[in-house]
Amino acid sequence: MSDHEYTPSSKFGKWFNDRLPLLTLANHLTDYPTPKNLNYWWTFGGILTFCLITQIVTGLVLAMHYIAHADMAFSSVEHIMRDVNYGWLLRYVHANGASMFFLAVYIHIFRSLFYGSYKSPREIIWILGIIIYLLMMAAAFMGYVLPWGQMSFWGATVITNLFSAIPLVGESITTWLWGGYSVDNPTLTRFFTLHYLIPFLILGLVVLHIWALHVPGNNNPVGIDIKKPSKDTVPFHPYIVIKDAFALLMFCIVFALFVFYQPNILGHADNYIEADPLVTPAHIVPEWYLLPFYAILRSVPDKLMGVVAMLSAILILAALPWLDTSKVRSAVFRPLFRQFYWILVADVLILGYVGAMPAEGLYLLIARVATAYYFAHFLIILPVLGWKEKTTPLPLSITEPVLGGSPNLAAARSDEKIEKSIK
Amino acid sequence: MRKLKNIFFVLIFSVIVINSSNSAEKSPPFLETKWTFKGLFGKFDRSSLQRGYQVYTEVCASCHSMKYLTYRNLAEKGGPEFSEAEAKAIAASFEVTDGPDSTGEMFVRPAKLSDKFVMPYANEQEAKAANGGAYPPDMSVLVKARKGGADYIYSLLLGYSEPPEGVELDDGVYYNKYMYGNKIKMPAPLSDDLIEYTDGTKATAEQMSKDVTNFLMWSAEPHLEQRHKTGFRVIAYLIILTVLVYFTMKKIWSRVEPKV
Repeated sequence: MSDHEYTPSSKFGKWFNDRLPLLTLANHLTDYPTPKNLNYWWTFGGILTFCLITQIVTGLVLAMHYIAHADMAFSSVEHIMRDVNYGWLLRYVHANGASMFFLAVYIHIFRSLFYGSYKSPREIIWILGIIIYLLMMAAAFMGYVLPWGQMSFWGATVITNLFSAIPLVGESITTWLWGGYSVDNPTLTRFFTLHYLIPFLILGLVVLHIWALHVPGNNNPVGIDIKKPSKDTVPFHPYIVIKDAFALLMFCIVFALFVFYQPNILGHADNYIEADPLVTPAHIVPEWYLLPFYAILRSVPDKLMGVVAMLSAILILAALPWLDTSKVRSAVFRPLFRQFYWILVADVLILGYVGAMPAEGLYLLIARVATAYYFAHFLIILPVLGWKEKTTPLPLSITEPVLGGSPNLAAARSDEKIEKSIK
Repeated sequence: MRKLKNIFFVLIFSVIVINSSNSAEKSPPFLETKWTFKGLFGKFDRSSLQRGYQVYTEVCASCHSMKYLTYRNLAEKGGPEFSEAEAKAIAASFEVTDGPDSTGEMFVRPAKLSDKFVMPYANEQEAKAANGGAYPPDMSVLVKARKGGADYIYSLLLGYSEPPEGVELDDGVYYNKYMYGNKIKMPAPLSDDLIEYTDGTKATAEQMSKDVTNFLMWSAEPHLEQRHKTGFRVIAYLIILTVLVYFTMKKIWSRVEPKV
């Protein structure tokens, strides 16, 4: 919060603001002191907001033309692609938008992991983020079911069947989810309803996420607490607004390349075959952004334990602020953590890769090792590292480093050098 | 750090190699041909689409439906672009059941531009019964429904041969090296001079395969040309805007001292 009290200049403004302080809010948002050394990895928050709005707006129009019925869903999507004015554009933006949304959210999460943004006093922001991420996965999964193609149908069958692993009540829960004894029309209609609902839940959580952010203010690449406002900060507008706009435009160019030139490359060809409960596809795979968790699920031989492992892989992130025992936030000053960070990135990429492959032979072995490492990173490496690691000296502020001359300090002062020190 | 990175790349590389050696056994590389619809400004070859329609209607349509296509599509921009009169004549050569009329009776009339493509079979069961139990898939979005897309369809059409030694085929099953599992229930549909092109092009198997694949690509992506055109404009606009915003950003941030 800025230090000074805001008073609107006009009489009406003052009258209105006394009753509903919208102008105070607007003033807070424009003046919001932001660390001036934020690098481009910090622009993904804004990009994610853009992704959410894009999905809601395109989804709204698509829902006007889509028919949630097992016999008509597939042809209504073809109707959108062929006969609705710019329907092809809406659908390709929406379908690729989901992928771009996840691309951005993974960068956002891994940025937080690298710079320790989840640590005190930002634990609530982080946990809200995890809930948003879970809801995103639910929304994306249900959205993928709606075109009622082969992958939609069989993906839904595989995922809903996971609930049957729950002891005693599993079968009943699955039947309840399906609205019958298999994935069918009732499943489709409820998925459509929930797919429409969840984005608005996400929107509400995003407001809380930003609210919680505005209490302590942004973390920054150096990861130290800074005085706000001070020489270390700039007002959000225009400095961060213009920088976010620039990054967003770059992101949109990549987005547009997918939408206009490779709109189906991230999807699966089988989803252009209408759902057929009698024909199982050779390989049932989820969308790319769920693959690492799919790999974890399949790496455990027992069904129930597989589900538990998959859920734990996400929920363990919520405990991260307490698992990471190091007081130092930014990886820039944590030479050992930095190495383990990149191993984790590689580990998740490998999990994603084997998730797309058949669960057999070498792939299964790799998946098991990678799964074990994933959990070891959070449960063993991070807690131990906090005690054992010798961190390098921290500067006292972003602009006026008291510890002048230290090589790490110099590294902390420019994004370019941070990049180098990582390598 | 460098060492770690090397290990990382070796891991990724080995996984890729394992994978490519695996998939190499599965299917041979697709036959190569030039598609005009690929690339930044990719467009359909109009006369190829028209010939492709002829191949579809004279050969494929006896078994394969195209239920999402309408006769008016044949005259629409970005497609085969038959004249409206031609499209009307094509539609009129098919019969559809309409009704009920004012007396409650169903009646048969020639198809109109607003009618969907007439299906070869009344239902899936009839289609299966007529084809030895195999259902000839609807071809409206077939290109998008197969891994490899147009290249796969083109290769499949030309991929028939005698089975290699040791491969036993049942009656009504044919060998095709591009088909998943190499066994296909559709006999080789195209052979040289099977049809006579109205525009005088020599109807070789390659020519027909290419034309009909072009046609199927269009039917799966009827707005492809508009998509490419719009895409180019959108991206050009975004790039110009990005450059302008970049310089604006530099100007605004030049006020911030000291540099970080």
